[in-house]
Amino acid sequence: MANPAKYWREIPQRYRLEAAKCQSCGEIFFPPRLICSRCKSRKFEKIKLSDQGKILTYTVIRTGPSQFADQTPYAVGVVEMDGGGMITSQIADCEFDQLAVGQRVRVEFRRLQKQGPAGILCYGYKCVPA
Amino acid sequence: MRDVAVIGVGLNEKWGEIWEKSLRDLYTEAALNAIDDAGVDHIDSLYVGCMTSGLFVSQEHLGSLMADYLGQNPVPATRVESACASGGVAFRQGYLEVASGASDIVLVGGVEKMTDVSGDEATFALSAAADMEYECYQGITFPGLYALVARAHMHRYGTTPMQLAHVAVKNHKNGSLNPVAQYGFEITPQGVLDSVMVADPLHILDCSPITDGAAAAVLCPLDLAKKLSKKPPVKVLASAQATSTIALHSRKDMTWFDSTAVAAEKAYKAAGKGPKDLHVVELHDCFTIAEIVVLEALGLVERGKGGTTAESGMTALGGKIPVNTSGGLKSKGHPVGATGVAQIVEVTRQLRGESGPRQVKGAKVGLTQNMGGTGGSCVIHILEAA
Amino acid sequence: MVGIVGWGSCIPRNRIKVEEIAKVWGADANNYKRGLGLEEKSVPTPDQDTISLSVEASKRALRRAGINPLDIGAVYVGSESHPYAVKPTGTVLAEAIGATPEVHTASFEFACKAGTEAMFVCLCEVESGRIKYGLAVGADTSQGAPGDALEYSTAAGAAAFLFGKEKVVAEVNETYAYMTDTPDFWRREYEHYPRHAGRFTGEPSYFKHVLGATKGILERAKKTPKDFTYVVFHQPNGKFPVNAAKALGFTKEQYETGLLVPKLGNTYSGSSPIGLTAILDVAKPGDKVLMVSYGSGAGSDAFIYTVTDEIRGVQDKAEKTRKMLDENKRYIDYGTYAKYRGKILKAE
Repeated sequence: MANPAKYWREIPQRYRLEAAKCQSCGEIFFPPRLICSRCKSRKFEKIKLSDQGKILTYTVIRTGPSQFADQTPYAVGVVEMDGGGMITSQIADCEFDQLAVGQRVRVEFRRLQKQGPAGILCYGYKCVPA
Repeated sequence: MRDVAVIGVGLNEKWGEIWEKSLRDLYTEAALNAIDDAGVDHIDSLYVGCMTSGLFVSQEHLGSLMADYLGQNPVPATRVESACASGGVAFRQGYLEVASGASDIVLVGGVEKMTDVSGDEATFALSAAADMEYECYQGITFPGLYALVARAHMHRYGTTPMQLAHVAVKNHKNGSLNPVAQYGFEITPQGVLDSVMVADPLHILDCSPITDGAAAAVLCPLDLAKKLSKKPPVKVLASAQATSTIALHSRKDMTWFDSTAVAAEKAYKAAGKGPKDLHVVELHDCFTIAEIVVLEALGLVERGKGGTTAESGMTALGGKIPVNTSGGLKSKGHPVGATGVAQIVEVTRQLRGESGPRQVKGAKVGLTQNMGGTGGSCVIHILEAA
Repeated sequence: MVGIVGWGSCIPRNRIKVEEIAKVWGADANNYKRGLGLEEKSVPTPDQDTISLSVEASKRALRRAGINPLDIGAVYVGSESHPYAVKPTGTVLAEAIGATPEVHTASFEFACKAGTEAMFVCLCEVESGRIKYGLAVGADTSQGAPGDALEYSTAAGAAAFLFGKEKVVAEVNETYAYMTDTPDFWRREYEHYPRHAGRFTGEPSYFKHVLGATKGILERAKKTPKDFTYVVFHQPNGKFPVNAAKALGFTKEQYETGLLVPKLGNTYSGSSPIGLTAILDVAKPGDKVLMVSYGSGAGSDAFIYTVTDEIRGVQDKAEKTRKMLDENKRYIDYGTYAKYRGKILKAE
């Protein structure tokens, strides 16, 4: 059983989309980093990613890990949030034949995983069609 | 830096679900085959390329283990990890150790034992090559990540599922001529499209399998090669390595493998060769779409036209530039840490003229491209018959 | 003045029809539809639970209230399907909306009236001046025992209310509680499904407490049924709240806006609270609203609200309940429903 600390330390990102913006060149990092990979600056501004965005690419997972067995098949995509920042996220509550590059989505809070019948519950973001 | 040659190569007997052989058995078998092929009586150092023996068989400290089982204690032994590029990067490390003059005879082996865990656990272990906290936590799988690349490539360039299927068909055709191959039989394009969908648009037959296997090579300075070995030496013309972001979503362009493009440029420059000079290529077809994008990044086909390569016969055994004559990861199998070294084995044999029914006539220059994760790391070698 | 400053709800998009359930158990669907006064119910997907629905409902309440979540002094979630038996739902909710760390929380339980208990406590804490804003949520993803009558109605949903003293959209004029020890419906620790006492859940339970609370609050506030534009009762099915309304002298025009159960099912702790959100979505300044919950065990909480001018311009700031209920629905079959609700025995 993984120590809950591993999950807990990502909470600001998973619950609130907290990110970092390089004060020097404006590049956005999600999750936040210690050093900007574009300009090597080490000064960042705390920001939150927008909860709205558009799909850049997507797929439908038909053979998934067993922890997602009850939700298979499910869609996953790379979503670009308005104002910057890209995330990998499931696309829930959608009709697969309507998935498209460029489709608008918004973020919803969902339970992502369970650590077994007695372990902790792990929450985070999914996207739904806007 | 000295010129380096490959003087011995070997694989274990068969790749696939090898129930009777353990990880240490597989590596030792391949290593001894390579040592015998080289005809050397000792080694100065060894490398073990392996992605995750910890997650697959709960064993670490592979350097010590393999040096012990090869009867080579107390030589220095180093475990190298770079996800699916572990083997290729291990080979590069071995190459650098010889080129620098630090050692004369270096053994590089790659191995992965993937069937001692359940399918689910294997999938989890492989997913550690991606961003565990921001890709895998979200429910993406490895085929899923490459499916995202495929969708983006299809959207931008009009690549089709049929074009992807032709890559698998071509590699299986080659693999059917390879006795070591896990799935050494031919398949059809429609068979690929009819096979079960894993992650749209990738079917199960677009995906490389779970495999047990090992491969090894022996390196030495070029000017020692003729003295040490009876086989024609193969010179390492270039060794180049590069990284890209760990996560697909951190890249500006998801239809491109930047690490491959950067490593290729460095390798071509160091070798004084270009794409047109290559006679045979072994590249990382973990999924059919990977071969398509890699061919573009290697400059072997125009950007966006990767889908036409297998379909047109350009990369077939008798084609303009034969790619994955071994059967590739798709047909030969993909024991993760072994793959990069097995690519060296195939190209070496091609350049020596030892490839039998898979021989590319007159092959003098070959390239290997080995990639980790979704291209987070890449290592390329260019070899030439010396 | 103290009252509601923002509200929001969250209803999962999947639905299962009475016919679909009846088919599996060999029951007469039309009989159930008539007897229960309901057609279909909401079903949560495996990634939706009381915590996740509470978060979405609360975010909508925050959008309407337009306040800084750091000014929330207490977060209380009432439910009978808290995901953890030990670790309050409010800990995750408060963290998700950015209200931590200076905030109180605890999980409330009182069958279907846990949400309104949370509302009462938030109201009092704000009124006392000890906190600036309080967030009260009624949410459930309860389980109905397979083949039991309750399986037709047990649904999922959440409603969230922010209480405060500034820019109040619905002032609380009066409250009342009517509670006795009445064992009509309960669940023992470690039992998977609750038990109920059949017909005993009617007159001596639901009706005694709902009517008792209504009469009590009307007397305390010196009001009569005709003073109200809207009334919303706890709605375990489509019959009980209608019968209660009739017995008390309320009309269809008064109860129909808040009566969601025919298409939603019984959202337990979300029941009358979600009904209230549907009313607030369309209410006009000056409207008087009576809300009476019911929780088995048993008790009823009653509230009288007067809608203020502040409600204008706030209603459209988040998704409306009726829209969530009527649009974007997806019907599922019993097998999918059983899979989603974890009713299928799997290999461990």
